[in-house]
Amino acid sequence: MSAATKTASTEAALTMSGAEVVLRALKDNGVEVIFGYPGGAVLPIYDAIFQQNAIRHILVRHEQAAVHAAEGYARSTGKVGCVLVTSGPGATNAVTGLVDALLDSIPIVCLTGQVPTHLIGNDAFQEADTTGITRPATKHNYLVKKSEDLARVVHEAFYVAKSGRPGPVVIDLPKDILINKAPYSEAPKTEHRSYRPQTQPDGEQIRKAIALLKGAKKPIVYAGGGVINAGPEASRLLTDFVHMTGFPCTNTLMGLGAFSSDDKQFVGMLGMHGTYEANLAMHGCDVMLNIGARFDDRVTGRLNAFSPGSKKIHADIDPSSINKNVPVDVPIVGDAGRVLAALIEAWKADGQAQDKPALTAWWRQIDEWRGIDCLRYRQEGKIIKPQHAVKRLYEITRELGRETFISTEVGQHQMWAAQYFGFQKPNRWMTSGGLGTMGYGLPAAMGVQIAHPDALCIDIAGEASILMNIQEMGTLAQYRLPVKVFILNNEYMGMVRQWQELLHGGRYSESYSAALPDFVKLAESFHAKGIRVTDPADLDAGIREMIAYPGPVIADIAVAKDENCFPMIPSGAAHNEMILGPEQEGGVAGVTDEGKVLV
Amino acid sequence: MSEAENAQRAATIAVLVENEAGVLARVIGLFSGRGYNIDSLTVAPVDETGRISRITVVTSGTEMVIEQIKAQLDRLVPVHKVSDLTLEGPHLTRELALIKVVGKGEHRMEALRLADAFRARVVDATIESFVFEMTGNADKIDAFCALMRPIGLAEVSRTGAVAIARGPRGIN
Repeated sequence: MSAATKTASTEAALTMSGAEVVLRALKDNGVEVIFGYPGGAVLPIYDAIFQQNAIRHILVRHEQAAVHAAEGYARSTGKVGCVLVTSGPGATNAVTGLVDALLDSIPIVCLTGQVPTHLIGNDAFQEADTTGITRPATKHNYLVKKSEDLARVVHEAFYVAKSGRPGPVVIDLPKDILINKAPYSEAPKTEHRSYRPQTQPDGEQIRKAIALLKGAKKPIVYAGGGVINAGPEASRLLTDFVHMTGFPCTNTLMGLGAFSSDDKQFVGMLGMHGTYEANLAMHGCDVMLNIGARFDDRVTGRLNAFSPGSKKIHADIDPSSINKNVPVDVPIVGDAGRVLAALIEAWKADGQAQDKPALTAWWRQIDEWRGIDCLRYRQEGKIIKPQHAVKRLYEITRELGRETFISTEVGQHQMWAAQYFGFQKPNRWMTSGGLGTMGYGLPAAMGVQIAHPDALCIDIAGEASILMNIQEMGTLAQYRLPVKVFILNNEYMGMVRQWQELLHGGRYSESYSAALPDFVKLAESFHAKGIRVTDPADLDAGIREMIAYPGPVIADIAVAKDENCFPMIPSGAAHNEMILGPEQEGGVAGVTDEGKVLV
Repeated sequence: MSEAENAQRAATIAVLVENEAGVLARVIGLFSGRGYNIDSLTVAPVDETGRISRITVVTSGTEMVIEQIKAQLDRLVPVHKVSDLTLEGPHLTRELALIKVVGKGEHRMEALRLADAFRARVVDATIESFVFEMTGNADKIDAFCALMRPIGLAEVSRTGAVAIARGPRGIN
């Protein structure tokens, strides 16, 4: 920058209020949409929003929903999601969303209002120690106490949110800082002083990994949300690598779509409600390549029985994810896309031949497991099976060929969605994996729809979860967002009921969804369309009607009340101790107290 | 898990951090939130501008836990450098203690004799009390305090360990 322009920009900057500096910094960081809710402490920002057109503000009905909407926006676009809430209750309401984004590694910048600097610590009206409360709820947070720090902090927040392992960042903004004049400066071109995550993998580790993979007799690729976070190119590289090697590939819940569900080398999702073939392949493999997954307890089952005979390669951008739960043989620190590119190159360059006959035998074994058809169900009689409802929803959306994005709430319906809805591309699947936040799906779908106005955005929900953020139907109406809420209504908090049935002697303590609203009338009262389907014969027509309607819809699908989600690895059990269906429920009786303490 | 994997070890970890508001809370919150032990923790600015602080934390755990602690510390945004002094070679550990002993007559003489043997300095004296200043490793201070207890140990203030690698090798 020349001396002349530097002076000019400084002079221009000093005419801006702190609020204007914040908006300018957001714009310079590529923000087009901000999800928020006003309040006293952030009025200066709302005033500045009123006077500009570059950034669109979406008014949610609850601050938690603002964060989930930003998560949906971020996850479906690869951009940083942006949130604006007021001090005190605005900030505390956002905390659930922040922790959700932290556990699922979603890049979010959340601006929170704060009482003026001279009142901090005085128990002022709507004061909360936001940086204190959100410290363990965020990747990083800031309290801006000096106007000259403002622009730098906003730029840094975006850098921190999206680099390395992405996550939520909070910027707490006292009201005087927003009102006072503040200088603007562009994002620094120099490296961050202390935070410089490693993205390029170490060549020696890649070489060790290739040596193991080339010699593998029973390999498996286990890919997670890190591949999605690394961008669509990483998913393409994953596909190339899996095709090149001929290995089977499984995805975690967060990784669905990273590898196409249509591909014959895809063995389905793994973990507690994963497929038989994926879990047994994990259990029996001799070389495991984990890319961008974190050996979560939902995936590993009992740790000391997890994949006992395998050499493990773990590529992760976060070194603290490596050797956290499961000791690995070849750790690789790096971005999933770069690791995959390096693996592909090294695989080609390596002269060692693969053990093809062993791989063929391994596939024969996997196909045998596949033959069990662990996701089979029988749709018969006059009651809709929840699995069937998801399967038909998937088949009909595919047949229509529209760009489709799916979000979910949390519980049985979430697992059925993961099992029966196929994803061919990354960024099409939004779910609360790590935190398991009921109420995530509707606001997330809202954020997705804002980013993709012409796409079909469906929240696969349960009747209990949907009520946790049902107020967002108002946001759908205000912005004419044609989100479809597809409720699998079994009149139970189904996953709680399932665990009570299997582990707590069928004592259904507080898990019945009593006094449910009439979802059709509820939809109508929010200016949306309501549909109720109770007969399997009407299911397809109901789904088609929901999709065809140009505005928001709640489709309330009455499904079997006592259906359980299978297959299932009971808590404290190993991958090879899966329960395939109701006929094996007795197998759960063996769950020890040690197993029961696990969530 | 094998016995070797379950074996606990102590670790003295030096952490260079950006000297900004909340950084100590981040480090301490990490230990409490993830259930790690803190045996002692010290912090002070160490560079000429006062922008960098050095935290010395003494902790213990299995090898896997200590590796986790270091990785978790290292990914905090304001952390520049994490160094496991225990693992990286010979290092010096020192702690400063101020020890107040109250007593009269023969007890005073005994306290002075022992202080001399332990190279503790008298930094305050009244006709019925001494404050000793002592530098050393934790064991030495523990031993001195134990000897003072029957004589009239009244109060102890300790800094916790600070540590640095021997030789020309630095962690910056």
